[in-house]
Amino acid sequence: MLEIKNLHARVAETGTEIIRGLDLTVKAGEVAAIMGPNGSGKSTLSYVLAGRPDYEVTDGDILYDGQSILEMDPAERAAAGVFLAFQYPMEIPGVATMEFLKVAINSQRRARGDAELKIPDLLKKVKEAAGTLEMDMAMLKRPLNVGFSGGEKKRAEILQMMLLEPKLCVLDETDSGLDIDALKIVADGVNALRSPERAMVVITHYQRLLDYIVPDTVHVLSRGRVVKSGDKGLALELEKNGYAGVVGEAA
Amino acid sequence: MNVHATPQMTAAEQALIDTYGQLFSDLPGDTAVVVRRDEAVEALKSGLPTRRVEAWHYTDLRRLLSTVPAFDPLARAKEQPALLSGATVLPVLSGTVTSMPQIEGVAIRRIFDRLSDGSLAAQLFDGDAADAIGAINTAFVGDGYALDIAEGAEIAKPIELQNLHEGGQTHVRFATHAGRNSRATIVERQTGTGEALVSAISHITVEDGAELTWIILQEQPDDATFLGQTNIEIGADAKFTLFFMNAGGKLVRQEVTVNVAGEGSEFILRGVNLLAGGTHCDVTMVLDHAAANTVSTEVIRNVVTDQAKGVFQGQIRVAREAQKTDAKMACNTLLLTDEGEFSAKPELEIFADDVACGHGATVTEIDQGHLFYLMARGIDEKTARGLLVRAFLAEVIEDLENEAMVEALEEKLTAWFATHG
Repeated sequence: MLEIKNLHARVAETGTEIIRGLDLTVKAGEVAAIMGPNGSGKSTLSYVLAGRPDYEVTDGDILYDGQSILEMDPAERAAAGVFLAFQYPMEIPGVATMEFLKVAINSQRRARGDAELKIPDLLKKVKEAAGTLEMDMAMLKRPLNVGFSGGEKKRAEILQMMLLEPKLCVLDETDSGLDIDALKIVADGVNALRSPERAMVVITHYQRLLDYIVPDTVHVLSRGRVVKSGDKGLALELEKNGYAGVVGEAA
Repeated sequence: MNVHATPQMTAAEQALIDTYGQLFSDLPGDTAVVVRRDEAVEALKSGLPTRRVEAWHYTDLRRLLSTVPAFDPLARAKEQPALLSGATVLPVLSGTVTSMPQIEGVAIRRIFDRLSDGSLAAQLFDGDAADAIGAINTAFVGDGYALDIAEGAEIAKPIELQNLHEGGQTHVRFATHAGRNSRATIVERQTGTGEALVSAISHITVEDGAELTWIILQEQPDDATFLGQTNIEIGADAKFTLFFMNAGGKLVRQEVTVNVAGEGSEFILRGVNLLAGGTHCDVTMVLDHAAANTVSTEVIRNVVTDQAKGVFQGQIRVAREAQKTDAKMACNTLLLTDEGEFSAKPELEIFADDVACGHGATVTEIDQGHLFYLMARGIDEKTARGLLVRAFLAEVIEDLENEAMVEALEEKLTAWFATHG
């Protein structure tokens, strides 16, 4: 479903190269964990997948369902089924969360040629998803992410993922800022979305999240490249020995 | 007044003076009114204000208003549906009042009659050289409405004053007196079609204990000049809320002069300027806190696109006896293009020693992080930008606390953004 080939990407403003020849393949139905030390390019990879204009791809390609997505803007990628759960979701004052959900869902439906969701159906879907994540509906009346705690923001991200039903989910450090109870709830939400048609890229610094979202493959990132791949056992090894061994080995 | 050699008159100045010569015998007014009209025209003969006049520093009227269209005696604009359903509409069509609806608790008279009997003379141009709007309007004003809201009256339905044109020139007045402890909401619509010079002046007196909400919706066409002036006097324990939305016009100058004259009173100003194309829009406010224990808040939000230019001059003066004044002013601008411009000039003049006064002005662009976040959820760029612009303005409109009014104004916003976004 996702094929990243020899990807090079840099910060548009400064020209600093962050991703330096990254290769990664994730099949439909697979949950791939991306691990790595700080500064290895994990978050940059998530932004480049979503199409953030602050980053420039200078070489290589990203194929999604066999097609290059490099020329697509973030909205087109999202409509095609790519979803990024942000590490730091934006607070947007003045945009009501419900209104945002309505516009986002219906923008994607329109882009795919589906009929728009009517308000009662939309409300029903939102209520169901919010229930699964143990979120208070009153929160959704507030402006988007404004005044949400770190944990509430992460839940809101997963709520959006559940509602938008993407095919490729990229989760950037979804565990950061979550206490253990919230982590379990969020992981349950993510696990409920696992399906043979859907791929997930789970970016995390710690093994902890992978106890709850068990990956099929684990890839270690260092200096903008995948330096080691393995199964979930690799994550446990990293937890025990730290990144130094793996990263040093490859370097 | 002008010790330098008077430069040659502009086409606009010449046309205004010539037109007065042709029209003055047809204009309503007793001797007192005629004296004021003559004084106004004398002032126009010294020329329209340039940027050397401080109040006009950012809006060189002489340069910007270089020509004016002729009066069109055949023009007859048509009444528009009210902004809020159920409102009582008082229409001034191409400068003339054509109907006199009855409103319980409100005595309504034509400005035409109040000029004829001279009772409006005191509100006309009084010789202030910087008062170009007062001078132009005084020279030509022919009609409008004078409303007298009875003491204690609570007017449930909004009253909508419509000043509509079909090109040419119109000069109108809306004089309003809100009696003690009265309550009312008034909508002032300024719109039309075709090249025009429109001036509109309101003198509003809010008596003790009264609460009045006044909403100005200015949607002039792209080739119209709009010169507006709202003069407000607020009594003790009274509350006056002024909301304006500027969403059109080629050259717009809107002056707001407020005298918070009674103790314990409150003035609220909320304004939205939607500036596109080649428009030049100047909002100039002079606010006097003249009594103790008064509160005012002023929030202006501007969205500037294309090559539009905007100006906000806000002057707050706190008199020596106006202790415990609480005045806060903010002017925030969202620039959507590199060619757009906005100038903000806040001024505080404080003579009392126990007050809380503040002001702030900001200019920002669309936050690229916000835009990316919305687009990453599948919202196309235009829609996402629209959401962010609305978000920027929503707060100011929602301060109106009248759901139907908020909705109606948000629809205007949507319509504007569909054309200019």
